[in-house]
Amino acid sequence: MSTIHADAPAIRLADVRFGYRPGQQVLDIPALEIARGARVFLYGPSGSGKTTLLGLIAGVLAGGTGRVEVLGTDLARLGGSARDAFRAQHLGYIFQMFNLIPYLSVRDNILLPTRLDAQRAARLRGQSPAQAATELAEGLDILSLLDQPVTELSVGQQQRVAAARALIGYPELVVADEPTSALDADRREAFLRLLFASCERVGATLVFVSHDQALAPLFSQRVSLPDINRAARPAAA
Amino acid sequence: MVLLSLALKSLRNRLLVSALTVLSIALSVTLLVGVENVRAGVRDSFAGTIRGTDLIVGARGGTMQVLMSTVFGMATPAGGITMGTYEQWKAHPAIKWTIPYSLGDSHRGFRVIGTTSEFFEHYRFRNERVTFAEGGAPTGDTDVAIGHDVAQRLGYRMGQKIVVAHGTGGVTFSEHQAHPFTVVGIIARTFTPIDRALYVTLAGIEAMHELEESGGAAPAAPPAGATAPGGAPLVMPGASGPPAGATAPGGAPLVMPGSSGPPAQAAPPPPPPAPKKPAHGEEGHEHVDGDEHDHDDEHAHGDDEAEHDHDDDKITAFFVGTQTRLETLRLQREMNDDTREPLTAIVPGVALAELWQGVGNAEVGLKVVAFFTVLIGLAGMLVSLYSSLEARRREMAILRAVGARPSTIVALLVLESGVLAVLGAALGVALVYAGLSLAQGPVEDRFGLLIPIRALGSTEWMYLALIVIAGFLVGLVPAWKAYRSSLVDGLSPRT
Repeated sequence: MSTIHADAPAIRLADVRFGYRPGQQVLDIPALEIARGARVFLYGPSGSGKTTLLGLIAGVLAGGTGRVEVLGTDLARLGGSARDAFRAQHLGYIFQMFNLIPYLSVRDNILLPTRLDAQRAARLRGQSPAQAATELAEGLDILSLLDQPVTELSVGQQQRVAAARALIGYPELVVADEPTSALDADRREAFLRLLFASCERVGATLVFVSHDQALAPLFSQRVSLPDINRAARPAAA
Repeated sequence: MVLLSLALKSLRNRLLVSALTVLSIALSVTLLVGVENVRAGVRDSFAGTIRGTDLIVGARGGTMQVLMSTVFGMATPAGGITMGTYEQWKAHPAIKWTIPYSLGDSHRGFRVIGTTSEFFEHYRFRNERVTFAEGGAPTGDTDVAIGHDVAQRLGYRMGQKIVVAHGTGGVTFSEHQAHPFTVVGIIARTFTPIDRALYVTLAGIEAMHELEESGGAAPAAPPAGATAPGGAPLVMPGASGPPAGATAPGGAPLVMPGSSGPPAQAAPPPPPPAPKKPAHGEEGHEHVDGDEHDHDDEHAHGDDEAEHDHDDDKITAFFVGTQTRLETLRLQREMNDDTREPLTAIVPGVALAELWQGVGNAEVGLKVVAFFTVLIGLAGMLVSLYSSLEARRREMAILRAVGARPSTIVALLVLESGVLAVLGAALGVALVYAGLSLAQGPVEDRFGLLIPIRALGSTEWMYLALIVIAGFLVGLVPAWKAYRSSLVDGLSPRT
């Protein structure tokens, strides 16, 4: 049910309208297209609908109108559990903070997507889960932390673990929701460089959300949410 | 498996709360299963107080009176049974064996029971026979065998000389100083009222009372009593206790066993017992003499006042083993209808069950309390899981982000509460057995009560299954809340 169209763009939105309550409109996006393999900087101040848009792209939110196509699949047409399955298989997600399950080790946190979803585990391209975790940890410079409890990590280390978890199993799309907001400027760039390299290695499209425009030049494509979201314009103005 | 390992790790992460939850469930399980286990054990051991005896026959009275006075040594017997009547029933073709029981005396608060070797031969408790830790059964009329508790509390050893007092229950009227007994046997512990009694021969009882009557005038009397128990009892006013003494002058002597003639329904009046006698064991011989005498007396009855006194040669009760179990009820009816002497025959198993039912009410109360503690334990688990959810919304969002379906979240939480319930149940059962093995010794010593350590019965297993199922069900409540909030929160819980 979640057939991937290799030539389809990573994300294509058409006439998307969404509100949490009847009569309310948080998103009103006539069109948005993000190409495969792009590194997109999605900019928006608070209240511009960033979180809602990410919820729709991740398939956690549903119920609006219009088309939300991810990798060529219209998520709005999928049922709840099919969207969950789609996300489990094709998506990586990095939160702003508190990304990790506190009672699992670093390694177990990274492996969590492959453990919860057999399809994701089947996407390791011949690697064992342990190999995949090691390789990602190496790329993100957290190899020495693999067997530590996550509660002993710094915020920067936690975010790199979260990136490794988002990237395991070669997802086509990685969504990062302000993952650098808790980092200081130096670490922010270092983190981004590691993230870019890892996404490239995995072949994932990266949608990076932030309100910090200083990072924008590092990306290949920049999207200003207030510009494309008609529902956000009055608030922004 | 993934979910189980997640659930276990999550519980371990909240170790203190999880441990306290498990402990509270465990304690309630301990109470519920412990009460049930001990109850069943005590009931079995109670029901095993007397086994193998088909009927207990006493003077006309209530079922409980007969049971309590004979088996448990509580309550006062309603009266006595003349030896003549006893001997006639003993010879009844449906009867295989009998044990005479003569009560009414005591030693420092412990009952003294006059009986014969038949007691040691036929009496059964929990399918065991009475055995001796030291020595053996009393044979001579100054011999006494004492129960385990008697020996322990009074510090008696073999060879100890003791004096028996008339009357029971601590209020003793007079002591049979002139007829001391010697401990010849200490009965191995039975965990039944046997432990709290002293056993002498019927001849010993007779000799003792005879001596008292004669005011100790004849020191030569004991041997006389031993050799001619039948002849001696001419002077035996209170042989079987005060009540017996009170009724004896009344109706009993007039209703002679042989004279009244059997009513139609009272089937074959026992034939003269003489031919059966030799088969009845060594000590029986002593008694045989008395029986013969009684029989002779019957023929001679009415001649003399002195002969009437002979009827005072009574026992309090006797235990009956039938030839075939099937005859028990018919025999019971026959005895209860005995017009020669008013008797009450009871089936001990039935009477014990009846008695246990009285205790059963307390048991139900205890069980209700135990059930409520289980509810409290489960409610505690509900509270702890539910209140942890707020702090775990983040965790749920992460799980959702990596692909967990809402149903996975539900399963995780149900599994967590189920695991807590299973651990609680297991720990509870462990506590039951730890408690039993710790308490067994002290309870035995202090109360003489045997708490058997037994495997879990089907009732206990059912309780455990119910608790575990309830544990899983309780998990549905926080699971439902987590499900709802995970749908609302999506990937961005409002933390």
